Amino acid sequence: MHMSANAGHVGGNLSCFDALMVLFHCFLDPEDRFVLSKGHSAGALYVTLWSLGMLSDDDLDTFCKDDSRLPGHPSGSGVPRLMFPTGSLGHGPSLAAGLALAAKKQRTGRKVFCLCSDGEWQEGSCWEALIFAVHHRLDNLTILIDQNKLQGFGTTSEVVSCGDLRTRLSGFGANVISCDGHDVVAIAEALQAESTAPKIILLNTVKGLGTLYEDKMESHYLPLTQENFEFTMAMIERNRPQ
Amino acid sequence: MRKAFAQAMVEAASDPEIFFFTVDVGFMALEEVRDAFGDRFVNAGVAEQNLIGVSAGMAREGYKVFSYSIAPFLYARPFEQIRNDVCFSGLPVCLVGNGGGYAYGHMGPTHHALEDCAAMSSLGIRVLVPAFDEDLRELVKDISGPTYLRLGYDARPSGMAVPRYAPWRKVMDGKNGVLVALGPLAGVALAAFADCEFDKRPSVWSVCELGEGVVPDELWSAVSGSDFHVIEEHVAAGGLGMQLAHSLMKKGVHPARFHHRYALGYPSGTYGSQEFHRKQCGLDRDSLRGLFF
Repeated sequence: MHMSANAGHVGGNLSCFDALMVLFHCFLDPEDRFVLSKGHSAGALYVTLWSLGMLSDDDLDTFCKDDSRLPGHPSGSGVPRLMFPTGSLGHGPSLAAGLALAAKKQRTGRKVFCLCSDGEWQEGSCWEALIFAVHHRLDNLTILIDQNKLQGFGTTSEVVSCGDLRTRLSGFGANVISCDGHDVVAIAEALQAESTAPKIILLNTVKGLGTLYEDKMESHYLPLTQENFEFTMAMIERNRPQ
Repeated sequence: MRKAFAQAMVEAASDPEIFFFTVDVGFMALEEVRDAFGDRFVNAGVAEQNLIGVSAGMAREGYKVFSYSIAPFLYARPFEQIRNDVCFSGLPVCLVGNGGGYAYGHMGPTHHALEDCAAMSSLGIRVLVPAFDEDLRELVKDISGPTYLRLGYDARPSGMAVPRYAPWRKVMDGKNGVLVALGPLAGVALAAFADCEFDKRPSVWSVCELGEGVVPDELWSAVSGSDFHVIEEHVAAGGLGMQLAHSLMKKGVHPARFHHRYALGYPSGTYGSQEFHRKQCGLDRDSLRGLFF
């Protein structure tokens, strides 16, 4: 899909893909809500929706092309389960907090999930949202943070470090759980864990997992080369369950 | 006008689908609103970006949301949240900006809202600028999409009756051209011309909503061949005057003269009351009279 569209952001799509698949296939009820705050991982979300039959092969073929419902960052309409246009970082936690507050006020059992990047927590608006969510005891809200430790122009610790993100998030009153973001059992356990406060799952992930630019800066913006594409496909074939 | 707004909201509180947010603004003004809305009134703290995102989330779940703050804090700081979270999805969020124009006077330029209507119009938001206290009751009833409600002070002479609310309405007849005033400046114009002879004063129109679609045909025929004055407590760029000039050209309507008075910012480099700033811009009662006498 990315290869056909010559689209970038491959690294951040691959780092969160396992978590999206676990969430959507095993946890997200039809009435639950999801906000993709790291809108640049739209491709991973589209493929997840495709795996559930909500998008077709033909839909995916239009990714990042003209006259498509599937731009590189979600438009917020025309695609099942997408509720908001996202792509500018730092919006999702507040949107999700609003959805979670509405669910509380409407006395529904709806749960709300929001997927962020780790660099995104350099945005002050994320912390505004977290303060609000903790204050209003939004225990129906789960924020997943794809902690791949690389952002647009450096590592998260080099650019503007949030230090020990877990300690900081906990300090704001969230219930923080860390897990291997590529271990589906660990992700499921983290999603399953009960919480009386807003829950944050820190997914320890590898950007561009399985590609030639795995864990490298280039995986953020650069599209796949033919060589990289063939290497990645071979890697997937090698790891396919027999 | 803030009290009139609060009273209108108290009356609207019986609708369980309405939610009210403030960002820690409204002391000695919103207490009755808080009491009327109960747990549907939320003080979201000093966090405007979060205010808009949360409001959008609530609106996405079916609520009509009123989000209240001092005007510039509301439209300028979280501009991207307004654009992405509210406008792209056409959500029923009414941004209520208190202190339109120079209304916060002595508080200084950070508290003035001089470019709000242009900024909000550029996003396709419905921009409402009530002129008189009683307009509020009508306006808060009718929120179905992204809306910006700019509050100021009702400036008409005490006790003067005005026609019932309409987005555009003629509030005074006259024969010396047409004067169109945005929001509360209609009250200033009424004060300026109420005691003037009919033949020497302009007809005065109150404009409470921006957008070409709400301009009555009567206006175009009235200004054709006449002197046409537009006054607004807002910068020229993107304001009522520019919007009307564009409409005049599109329609091929030719006033004898088009005269525009608008907010000039801070031409003297000094600061003062709303009246002080209006005077500097030629938007006070005496300056308006000077246009005609």
